[in-house]
Amino acid sequence: MNRQQTNRLAKALITSVAILVVVPIALVILYVFYNGIGTISWEFITAPPSNGMREGGIWPALLGTIFLTFGTAILSFPLAIGAAIYLSEYAADNRSTRMIRLAIVNLAGIPSIVYGLFGLGAFVLFMQFGTSILAGSLTLGILTLPVVISTAEEAIASVPQQFRTVSLSLGATRWQTIRHQVLPHALPGILTGIILGLGRAAGETAPILFTVAAFYLPEPPQSIFDQTMALPYHLYVISTQVPGMPLGIQYGTALVLLFIVLSLTLAATFVRTSMRRRREW
Amino acid sequence: MTTNSSVTATGAGAGKESAPRLRIGEWIIENLIRLAGLSTVVIVALIFLFLLREGGPAFLDIPLRQLFGVRWYPIEDIFGLLPLLVGSLLVTVGAVTIAVPLGLICAIYLGEIAPPWQREILKPLIEVLAGIPSIVLGFLGWVALAPLIQNAGAATGLTAFTGSVILAYMSLPTIISISEDALYAVPKEYRDGALAIGATQWQTIWRVVLPAARSGIVIAVMLGIGRAIGETMAVMMVTGNAANIPAFGPGMIFEPVRTMTATIAAEMGEVAQGSLHYNTLFGIGIVLFVITFAINSLAGRIVGTRGARRQGGNL
Repeated sequence: MNRQQTNRLAKALITSVAILVVVPIALVILYVFYNGIGTISWEFITAPPSNGMREGGIWPALLGTIFLTFGTAILSFPLAIGAAIYLSEYAADNRSTRMIRLAIVNLAGIPSIVYGLFGLGAFVLFMQFGTSILAGSLTLGILTLPVVISTAEEAIASVPQQFRTVSLSLGATRWQTIRHQVLPHALPGILTGIILGLGRAAGETAPILFTVAAFYLPEPPQSIFDQTMALPYHLYVISTQVPGMPLGIQYGTALVLLFIVLSLTLAATFVRTSMRRRREW
Repeated sequence: MTTNSSVTATGAGAGKESAPRLRIGEWIIENLIRLAGLSTVVIVALIFLFLLREGGPAFLDIPLRQLFGVRWYPIEDIFGLLPLLVGSLLVTVGAVTIAVPLGLICAIYLGEIAPPWQREILKPLIEVLAGIPSIVLGFLGWVALAPLIQNAGAATGLTAFTGSVILAYMSLPTIISISEDALYAVPKEYRDGALAIGATQWQTIWRVVLPAARSGIVIAVMLGIGRAIGETMAVMMVTGNAANIPAFGPGMIFEPVRTMTATIAAEMGEVAQGSLHYNTLFGIGIVLFVITFAINSLAGRIVGTRGARRQGGNL
């Protein structure tokens, strides 16, 4: 076999492996869709589970996930965007900045169950929030920090330096420059980070296990100090903890969760691509 | 804003009158921003401190010999971590063995071979994979993959291998996106030079690009390991949750195991706060924290915060 043939063979092999990796991704989504779509109905979305979860819908879990996702947004995104602005606009290249970057990389790598432990120790017990939406949102909020910070920082740093120079030379202060020149241009990128963070918060199970998730609650929560059901945990419960569970409801629940998380991921991708197209520099 | 326009209109003198009020506002905002930046370090420290506070007693109260023992039997207050460590190790090694070659080849395809239009399709697909919640993959492993593996001849479908397959899939986006970064960082001149002296594209990739990207690929593998070892829900659902060490041999990968993460998730709901069992579960959390901290600190030194984004599988 000469080297041209080797070349062709190697490229063909690489291509087929790449296809082998990517095709199952699409298959997984189609498989869940195919098996779950039959269950989806207005009643499935809006009714609480009944008959020991074997009938009825997912409404309380869906609502809980919406609450938790918004709670996460409110609690963590101001902090994340502040940190991103700091890293991109203020931080000097020194020891403390390197420590901050190291901290962010580590936050991204800490296992989600360890976040759950932290939430239990810090928010549920030490701060005495109890297993509550507040404790769960705080835990999820910290978990989403690294993805939001790093995406937003990239967006802010990619605003051309000239924009800042011109603004400063016209007499604007540093904050005015950031507020009126840098942030508006970085907004789509920051939005991408926020949406990715929301998707992450909506899909996580391990961090909410001990901080907020309830096995079964027919009524929606009344305050941020109440427990709530949540969609990912509900899927865990109905697929492993309830014997004789009809498959259709399991797939339907998985489909709704997948739909929520993937639409957020796709929205983030869409915002970023359209931003790149519109960019004028 | 008024200061800003008056400065441009009439020169610096006019701006000074309203400047002090504005400066206080800015001083507050700038310090809040600084605080937000520093808070990330504080949070990592707090996570460690709270783990230590709740989990530290386990390492003081349980004799070391028992801690490294082969029996995890909480009902009798026997807490040997070895079965859990072996479980995590088996599943992780299996996952990495599957995911690293596949991920690397995928990255080579994306970075070196695929035409741009294919890249436009494949990259979002891989980001989608990164976005699929682990509970959904765990559910699929439980209802679809485990029966397949059982039909293939294993005693049960819930084995370390099942976990490895699911985990391999979950760590692929991380491995692909970081190795693709590493390939991208290889200067174009290297490729041009190799091609110019008559090397084929495959020779260029194999002998020039890959060696040049070596260190980045090592990081991709490390972060892939970090991701695999920390995964919880999917692993808990498909590995069978048997806290014993399978007999050593090639067949051990087809035995049920229980990982560190799954142990915490499965048992924390049932323990009394402040009991030794409770402390020990936090102790396992400390072990996980230390392992992932070491991996990420080492890798993070080289890839920086980009690594935080890439870990989420962002391309």
